Amino acid sequence: MTTTTDTPRPGRDAARRRDLLVRIGFIVPAVLYMLAFFGFPILKNIVMSFQAYDFATFFNGSAPFIGLENYAATLSDPIFLRALRNTGLFTVGSILGQFVLGMGLALYFRKRFPLSGFLRSLLLLPWLLPMIVSAAVWRWILEQDNGVLNRFLENVGLISEPIPWLVSSDTALIAVIGVYIWLGIPFNVVLLYSGLQSIPEELYEAGALDGATGWKAFRHITLPMLRPVVSVVLLLGVIYTLKVLDLIIGLTGGGPANATQTLATRSYEMSFVEFDFGQGAALSNILIVIALAFAIVYLRANARAAKKG
Amino acid sequence: MTPMRTSHPALHTVIGIVLVAVMLFPVYWMVNASLAPAGNALNTQWFPLDPDFSGYSRAIADQGQNLLTSLIVAVGACLLSVVIAAPCAYALAQLNIRGTGVLVFFVLISQMIPGIVIANALYTAYSPLGLINSIPGLILADASQGIPFAILIMRAYLESFPSSIVEAARVDGCGHVRAFWSIVLPVSKNSLVTAAIFSFLFAWSDFLMALTLTTGETIRPVTLGLYTYIGTNDTDWSAVMSTAVLSSLPAVILMIIAQKYIAAGATGGAVK
Repeated sequence: MTTTTDTPRPGRDAARRRDLLVRIGFIVPAVLYMLAFFGFPILKNIVMSFQAYDFATFFNGSAPFIGLENYAATLSDPIFLRALRNTGLFTVGSILGQFVLGMGLALYFRKRFPLSGFLRSLLLLPWLLPMIVSAAVWRWILEQDNGVLNRFLENVGLISEPIPWLVSSDTALIAVIGVYIWLGIPFNVVLLYSGLQSIPEELYEAGALDGATGWKAFRHITLPMLRPVVSVVLLLGVIYTLKVLDLIIGLTGGGPANATQTLATRSYEMSFVEFDFGQGAALSNILIVIALAFAIVYLRANARAAKKG
Repeated sequence: MTPMRTSHPALHTVIGIVLVAVMLFPVYWMVNASLAPAGNALNTQWFPLDPDFSGYSRAIADQGQNLLTSLIVAVGACLLSVVIAAPCAYALAQLNIRGTGVLVFFVLISQMIPGIVIANALYTAYSPLGLINSIPGLILADASQGIPFAILIMRAYLESFPSSIVEAARVDGCGHVRAFWSIVLPVSKNSLVTAAIFSFLFAWSDFLMALTLTTGETIRPVTLGLYTYIGTNDTDWSAVMSTAVLSSLPAVILMIIAQKYIAAGATGGAVK
């Protein structure tokens, strides 16, 4: 609202200033919180990554600046390279699996049949459980001697020896990816399903007249129409997957022999197990740069998707 | 739009049930194993025909206190998130304050910051402040997931709320605070509930902050309790699975009684 009277009124400026202060008051708590719990940690990580910030720092408070030493130590650490490779494999493997299976389920539940809405809502459950609960359950399922997966595979004759899923460095990463695919399917189904719902059915009817049914309809109608949603799902998937820590700590602790170590778990280990917060921070910053690169691509894709409606 | 027509609806339902059953098998297996007798891991039956509840009594004896800690922290983080986020969301959507675009951008980005980055720095700040091993410390840290989410989801709703209603009230001499309290909050109940539910679940599920910002057994959320439970050499699986079931209850209960809010939150956080 604008008041259009031009006659100078005493106190009008004061009233306007008060109004502005009240309006700003609405966002002050949130701004303060964001500064303390996001702004400060990011700055602190940057500063710590240039310091020898370790066990001694917590006693005598001294954290001398050591330039790029933490980064040099991190980059030359073979475990870092292993973690970087694992992060890549974990992210790509998980996202591909979640996306393909999630898309399949979303397409299936798009069909109209009794209970489809109810069944689809049940699919959300794994996503809502605390991640550490899923880790505990899967540890028991994947247990070498008594786990139900090995028992099942032995009973149907697919394997003769129990597979040491989480305790062998050959299979641990595959097992962890498998569990995370299971965890991420609901998220993919929900988003892809809502994307599918917004494709007008007339397109399929028109396509069917031209002979586009089944796979052809999927390739030439569904996929192009779904592209904005697909890019959002994939990019958000990458960003969330880079953050995953609970699941890996719960399933394998990053082992055996660093076979499932990722940048996030290694950063945790550096800070809270080795108590070298300087190197932990350097790792964190590398992780942030990777996550933010995808975040920027995501925000642009999301803006494009919003523009297209 | 109308959903796709199908020729064999009953067959589709059967296949759909099979698909969901496969997806939810781990959840079933958790419940099944929680009802198995202790130390009898080798012979966990496919069906709990002879349920043994001793796992639950051991779980409650060992983890009851931790469950209570989790509940207090999650309720606290939920309240804090909503109290901080609701006015901010309203201001961002309706009050035309300059520079709010930047704030929205930072809120979006903040959701993508890995938790370990926050934990690293919070530990160093919490130590001198005496917030390690404290309920307020955990509440504040756990709200770091709830607050950005709550701001975004409520703002998305309030953007579509007609500003003429608030303006009319303002003409009648209603202040910003009263307009917010008695007009905006009541009509945005749905998004408020969605924000509250997810803030609660985020904090209830938190593991990283519990792992890094607590050191002893006095203040220990159940997620961390569960983790130390599976870490022991001689794992008592029926007690572990009973704890897992108890830790899953909030999510299951909310999924049943608040389904529409859960569905709204699931998509609302990502695509707008």
